[in-house]
This record gives sequence, structure tokens and C-alpha cells, in this order.
Amino acid sequence: MPNDKVFEARSITKVYNMGEVQVHALRGVDLDLEKSEFLVLLGPSGSGKSTFLNILGGLDVPTSGQVNYRGTEITAADEAALTEYRRRHVGFVFQFYNLIPSLTARENVALVTEISLDPMAPEDALALVGLSERVDHFPAQLSGGEQQRVAIARAIAKQPAVLLCDEPTGALDITTGIVVLEAIERVNRELGTTTVVITHNAAIASMADRVVRLADGHIASVETNEQRRSPRDLSW
Amino acid sequence: MRVSALNRKLLRDLWGMKGQALAIASVVAAGVTMFVMYQSNFDSLYRSQRIFYEQQRFADVFASLKRAPLRLERRIAEIPGVSSVYTRVVADVVLDIPGLPEPARGRLVSLPARSRPLLNDIHLRSGRWPDPFRDNELLAGEAFFTAHRYKPGATISAIINGRRRVLTIVGSALSPEYVYSMPPGEMIPDDRRYGVFWMNRAALASAFDMEGGFNDVTLRLMPGASIEDVMARLDRLLEPYGGFGAIPRALQFSHWSLESELKQLRDFGFLIPLIFLGVAAFILNTAMTRALALQRQQIAALKALGYSNGELAWHYIKWALFIASIGAVAGVLAGAWLGRSMIVIYNQYFRFPVLDFRLSIGVTVIAVLQSLLIAALGAFSAVRRAVRIPPAEAMQPEPPARYSVSFSERLAFGRRLSNITRMVLRNVERHPARSSASIIGIALSVAILVMGFSMVDVMDILKQYLFSYIQRQNVTVTFAEPASSRALHEMRSLPGVLHVEPMRAVPARLRHGHRHRNVSVVGMRAAPRLNRVVDRSGRAVSLPPEGLVISRKLGEVLDIAAGDRVLLEVLEGSRPARFVNVSTLVDDFLGLSAFMEQDALHRLMREAGTLSGVYLQVQDSGASAISARLKRTPAVAGVSVTAAALRSFEDVMAQNMDVMILINVLFAGVIALGVVYNAARISLSERERELASLRVLGFTRGEISLVLLGELAMLTFLSLPAGVALGYGFTLAIMSSIESEVYRFPLIITPQAMARSALVVLIAAAISGLFVRRKLDRLDLVAVLKTRE
Repeated sequence: MPNDKVFEARSITKVYNMGEVQVHALRGVDLDLEKSEFLVLLGPSGSGKSTFLNILGGLDVPTSGQVNYRGTEITAADEAALTEYRRRHVGFVFQFYNLIPSLTARENVALVTEISLDPMAPEDALALVGLSERVDHFPAQLSGGEQQRVAIARAIAKQPAVLLCDEPTGALDITTGIVVLEAIERVNRELGTTTVVITHNAAIASMADRVVRLADGHIASVETNEQRRSPRDLSW
Repeated sequence: MRVSALNRKLLRDLWGMKGQALAIASVVAAGVTMFVMYQSNFDSLYRSQRIFYEQQRFADVFASLKRAPLRLERRIAEIPGVSSVYTRVVADVVLDIPGLPEPARGRLVSLPARSRPLLNDIHLRSGRWPDPFRDNELLAGEAFFTAHRYKPGATISAIINGRRRVLTIVGSALSPEYVYSMPPGEMIPDDRRYGVFWMNRAALASAFDMEGGFNDVTLRLMPGASIEDVMARLDRLLEPYGGFGAIPRALQFSHWSLESELKQLRDFGFLIPLIFLGVAAFILNTAMTRALALQRQQIAALKALGYSNGELAWHYIKWALFIASIGAVAGVLAGAWLGRSMIVIYNQYFRFPVLDFRLSIGVTVIAVLQSLLIAALGAFSAVRRAVRIPPAEAMQPEPPARYSVSFSERLAFGRRLSNITRMVLRNVERHPARSSASIIGIALSVAILVMGFSMVDVMDILKQYLFSYIQRQNVTVTFAEPASSRALHEMRSLPGVLHVEPMRAVPARLRHGHRHRNVSVVGMRAAPRLNRVVDRSGRAVSLPPEGLVISRKLGEVLDIAAGDRVLLEVLEGSRPARFVNVSTLVDDFLGLSAFMEQDALHRLMREAGTLSGVYLQVQDSGASAISARLKRTPAVAGVSVTAAALRSFEDVMAQNMDVMILINVLFAGVIALGVVYNAARISLSERERELASLRVLGFTRGEISLVLLGELAMLTFLSLPAGVALGYGFTLAIMSSIESEVYRFPLIITPQAMARSALVVLIAAAISGLFVRRKLDRLDLVAVLKTRE
């Protein structure tokens, strides 16, 4: 059923010109994503995972190839349309949280809910990631894991169709990382948000529906997990 | 009201850079202060002028003459374009003021018996109008009246046509003709020694033999009439009656002075705020560029969250607008306050019925809008650059700054430089645009100071020129009527007189082609000891046996060079008109002067030894006795004591210059402080990691301070010569905007002015340096190194 496809990516390439050298970040990637799917993108650094995620999220455009989001080609969209796309449909979580340091947790979430059509209350979004007690804290007053959970709350508060997470646990220790992954998993399960998580940590892969390995700009392998594991059972 | 999350970010980010925001806002405030102060004073003066002229029916054309019968009035009225004619009797007299050692001078103007003056009506300020049946009552101009703290009923003595008369001041008045007044022949108002008075025409006419006649006429013209044409016809009518030549309102002294003040307010009110706002725009630009570089990843995150370029640009432009609004509001308040004090000074010199300070909505709105606009312009390029970066790229940390071996290092001495010095040089050279903008910013403050201090020096030079080079006499006496050479001997025989030199002044019109000017041709000895002709360099010019020596400015006005011939039409006596050679043009500072060797002038006038006055050199102790005696001498029309003129010159300068210097230093200091502090904060923010790393490597606080402060010092020192050059330009611009037929100022930048300007800027830079040094001392090494760039 074509209407269950959230993303259809075809022959995506991306070339960066770094002075005299050309860096091929993606060399023809084809990938479809189903609604409510939890996908993990695995691969060493430089394999093109972040580039691919940024292209899906409308932060970057491919050198060639095409990405359709629910049947609409986003690779042909202009700047304003991409902004609109990010605003309505995509939630981002970054490795380094990228919170606005001058705003409290609640205000960081409000930053998104104020420009969304059908947002949750910022407090509800923060409750979903277990931060009800910390809503009025500034980023500098929060631990790394807490900051990342604020970033997740901020990403999902607009009730996006897709949640894109770039190394969400990359800067965190195991215990904290698990709490963060639980929050992501819960959003995927309870809200049905299509979720892509980038990691170079293979252990995380077992919580996904599907695991895609990227190497040197190619898809090296795709595996489907029969059984998703709970983040609490992960270890690395 | 709910504040959106983005606006909260705005407020908190601004709070985070409050030092810089304050520095920028202060520069904006300084510009707005100047703008509001000058423009609202312009408005206030202009409004008072317009209303007063309208209410009192200020004339368009002025002419004085020897004496004409009243019936001529009708013929003047018939000149095409004339709408009203008003004739008067006007006489200059010597006054004997109790308590004033030297004689004062007064101008008596007639009042009609049963009506108000048709033109140049006066405005009664206190007391009552003179009784038409009394011939000893008069109204005094308010300036004179208040300078002597008179009450109605006070009496003064005047030498009227040779007789001493006691007159009663029954009140005080104001006239559009004497809004600004100055003793004739001097350059500073002196309200104690010069006054204008109004008395009944009958009384004045009988005292000066003007019954059935007049010696002064003023006209109002119909709209669209040609003033040149009317003046030419009037001159022809008055010529047989000893006309001294008509002058248009534009050259009427009080009006001219007021207009040049208005022009100056308008010029200053445009130029100076422009400098300040320009500097503000530049430091705003550099501050925003750095602040936005620090926000690079926040911008990327906001974009990822769905904020558009437009929304983000507006968000950051609002930073600039917010800073500018704070500056603008502070500036409007300060400008209103300073403007109010300025109008108090204006009230001492310009006499209007009402001269109130009014802060107009127009000026306020323009002040605020222009600061917002300039701030937005300043921020625009910084914001555009930051917001345009594609989000995926902005997510990456900024690439390490590119450095290269600096130009100065490549010079021969490069290898001997310390590493710290290299860092300073490379950083300055790596941001050529920013470094030169900082240098220009600081240079502008140097320039403003140089301009201010030069004005003070110019006044000193002028004082020396006037009172040491030109006027070496202690007393100048002018006679009511040209006197014979016997007067010279009489003056010489006065007790205490050491030396006497004659002076002959002939009212004349110099004509060259279609250009002409009315001047007083002064005849003196070829190489006088007392009153001399001196050029700008202080060199005395001796008068040739034939021909005229004139001010270079008069030469420009008449378009003549040395060796040219001009037509000299004498405006008194038998009114001879002769062609005369111009032998020398003198670069002088004041007025349009024309001199001739006295015998040459006598030959031209076909007279022998006639005098219009004398210059006296008297014993130190004798000056007051002589002036006391002279002020009771009937033939004397005016006595001017050099020491008294010098005193009033110094008083006026002391009063005005101190305020000017203070304002100048304060405001230029604000610029220097703002620019240097901003430059320092930006450097510190860019190099926190680098400096912290140096500390970790074992450098001391003093050593790392050198990196930052060395850069500031280098920028400041480079800006000094640039500032002096710019200051020269500003001073030149100001001097030429002031330059007129009345004043010309020398353009001299003294080493003292440069040194003082440099000192002020160095102090301001040092203060900024101290602030930054304190921040450096509190550098948290570990935290800084942990922060991800």
C-alpha cells in the first residue's frame, strides 16, 4: 500500500566540494520507510548516515536523486517549503542536544509549540520524557541525559510524523543513554511516530524494527528484527 | 501579556551581552542627544523668530541717511513693490552710566507719538510706554535693562547732540531688529556697555535737528517684489539726502546673526549625529557578527525546528532595534535636558518675548526612527550572513580560523618578534575590515576632540590677534561729526595720554562691475603704532601712499585682485565717486575692511586733516580718568576701552567654551569607550579558548592580557594619526560653514589640541582595557576548555 510509505528515497548521492577534493558522502542510496517504523541507521563515522538523515529532514539537499515524503517530492522543494516541511512534520534530536541555552526546558519546548498547528502542552511533552520536575531549569542546570530528553520533548511536542535522531546517546553514558532511548521508544510506540535513530553503537540496533548499515555512502545491509528489544535490556 | 519563547531568548541573550549592548546604546544615545539638542533648539529659535517677526512686522529693507524731509516718504511709497514705509530718527549717543567706569554707547530709536511703529514694532516687557508729552522718557532694550538690574524709573545720562541730558527709563522693550545686538565695531555682545532705547520722535527729532525730517527708513515689500530693484530705486531717491545705501533683511545684523546661528544648529544637528550613529551602526555590526557566530548552532537548531530565515532574521534584527531603542530613549531624554540648558544660554544672547525649549514630536519621532533605521542597517549584513548558512552546515562547528604570517612579520624585523606580538599582529591583520573599522571608529572620536579643542585654540588665536596685534590702543574715541585736526592736539593734551593716532572713517560703497558692498574706508597712518592692519600670521601691513588695502574676503565678494580698480562712491559730504587702485589684499579674520593711507584718503575727500576719531595710548592709571572725562565730552560719539572689550570677550568665551569642551570630551569619550570596549569583548570572546590554553601552558595573567590589550593598544595608536587627519577635515568643514563676511577662522591644529585629544582617547581606551582585563582575570580555565566550539 503506497500510502503507508512515509519516505521513498531513490538514488540519493551527495558530493561535498572541500576545496580541491570532492567528498562523496552518499553514493546512491535507496530506502523506503513505513509508517510507525523504528529504523536504526548504523555505520562508522564518515559513512554518510548524518547526511542521509539531514536530507530526509529537509536540512540538506542531495546532489542527485529524489526523496518523496508521503508522495510529495521534498528534494524539489524551495527553502520556504522546506522550512514549512520541518515545521509541520519533522522532529529533530541531535547528538549535542542543541538546546537554546538562554531558555528553560519549558521554553525550549514552547519554542516549537508556539509555531505548530496541533502541539501538545510543553509540560505534557516534558512529562512524556520524565522531566515534569525540571521544567523551569535552564540547560546549564540539567545533566546531559536530561538535556537530551528536553530535546526529545521539544522534537515531539509538535506531534511530528517523523522523529529523526542523530546519535542521541553519543554524548551520554550507558545508564543515561538508556533513559533517553526509552523516551524515544515510548514516543514511537505511543504516538506512532516514524523514527530514525543514527548510531555507531550496534547494541542499539536490537530495539529497532529494521537496521540499515551504511558504509562509505552505500547501504551495506538491511536486517529486520523479529522481536524489538526494550532499551532496558540493551547493554554496551 | 505572554512573551513568546523566542522573545524571551532575545531578552536573555541581550542581558548576556549587556556590557556591549550598553556600549552601543550609549553611542546611539550620544548621537540622539546631539540630534535632539540641536534640532529642537533650531525649532525653538526658528519658531520664536517667525512669530516675533510676524507680530512686530519686521521690515524687509533698511536704509539710513543723513537727513531727508518727511515728504520724501510718499515718493518712497510709490516705488513699485513697496507695501509699507516707515521712517524714523535713529541716533547713536554716549551714555554715562552711574557705576560704570567707562562710557557706554546707546542707540536711540524714535517712537511715533500717537500710534505704534508701523514696522519693527516693539514689544513692551516691563513698565509703561513713554508719555508722548514728556521728552525725557525712554524705553530701554531688555538686554541693557536687565544687565544693569534697572527698575522702571531709573535714570541715565546721555550726551545728546552735544548736551548732557538726564533721561528716565520708564520700562523695557524688545524689538525684532535687535534680537541680537553688539556694540558697533566689536565682536562680542556687551549688554552693560551697549543698549538700544526708544523715545518719542518729537523729543529725538528736536534734539538731533530732525524736525520735519528723518534719517532712517525701513520698508516692507509686497510678495514677489524684487528686493534688488526696490533697493536700487530707494538708493537713488535717498542719494541727494546722504543715503548710506540700503541693506536687505538678509544683511541686517541681528537677523544675519540669528540666521547664521540657525544654520549652524541645522548643520551641526545633521553632521554630528550622523558621525555618532555611523559609529553605532559599525560597532553594532561587529558585535552582532560575533554574537551570531556564537549562536551558529542555535540558529541551525531553530531552523531544524521549522523557523524560517525571515523569522530568524527578524529575531536578530530585533536585538539591534532593542539596543537602538534604549539608546534613542536615553538620547531623547538627555537631549531634552541639554537642549533646555542650551536654550537658557540662547536666552542670554537672543532676546525674544518667548524663547522656550520645546521638544517637538517631529524631532522625537525622527530621532527614534533614524536610530532604529541605522541600527537595522548596521545589523543587516551580519544577520543576513548568519541566517543564510544552510542548517546542515551551521550544525557543524565553525572551521578553525585561517591565519597567515602577517605582513609586518615579513618585514625584516619579523624574526625578532615575540610569539605574543606575533599573535597580536596576526589577529589584527586577519580581520582587516574589522580592524580598520575599529581604527576609524576610534579615529572619529579623536577627530571630534581635535575639532573641539581646535575651536578653543582658535578663540585664543583670535583673542591674541584682536587684542595684541591689532588693537594696541587702550581707548578708541569716535567723534559725533568729523572734526578738524585740532581735535588731535586736544586729545594729546588730556592728562595721562601717552600717544595719539588719528583715524578717518568714510562711509562708502565699493563697486566693481555689478558687485558692490557698503564699507567704511578707514584712513590711518602708513605704519601706525596703535591700531594696525595685521594679516593672519600677525604681520603688520603698512599702507601704501596710494590705493586701497582691503580684506581678502572683500576682494572675493567684489571679485577683485590686487592691482584692480574699483569705483569708490563716498556716502557723506559732497559724495565724490572716484576709481581707486586696490594695492593689497589682507588675509584677516573679521569683517570686510578697507584701509587707505590717511593723506591719500584726505586727497580723495578733498579735505585737510579731518578726523573721525582717535586711538589713544594712555597710562595704566589714566584710562578710567580719561574715559570718565570723555563720556562727558559732547563731541564724542563713542568711547571703546580695549581692556573692557577684552574682559567681555574672555567672559563670554569662558562661559561657552567650558560647556563645549565638557560636552565634547564626554561624547567623544563615549565613542572611544564604546568602540574599544566592543573590540575588546569580541576579541575576548573569540579567543577565550586560546587564552585559557595559554594559561594552562603556564603563561601568566599579565602575559595573556598582553595578547588582548596589545591588540587594543595597537588599534588605538593606529587611530591617533588617522583621527588627527579626520579632525583636520572636520575642523575645515566647520570653519568653512561658519566662514562669512563677518567672521573667518584660521585653521590651526595645535600640538596641544592633538595631545589633549590623544590623552582623552587613551584614557577611554585604558578604561575599556581595565574592564576586559577584569574579565580575563576571572577566566575559568577548565570550563572554557571543556566548552565545545
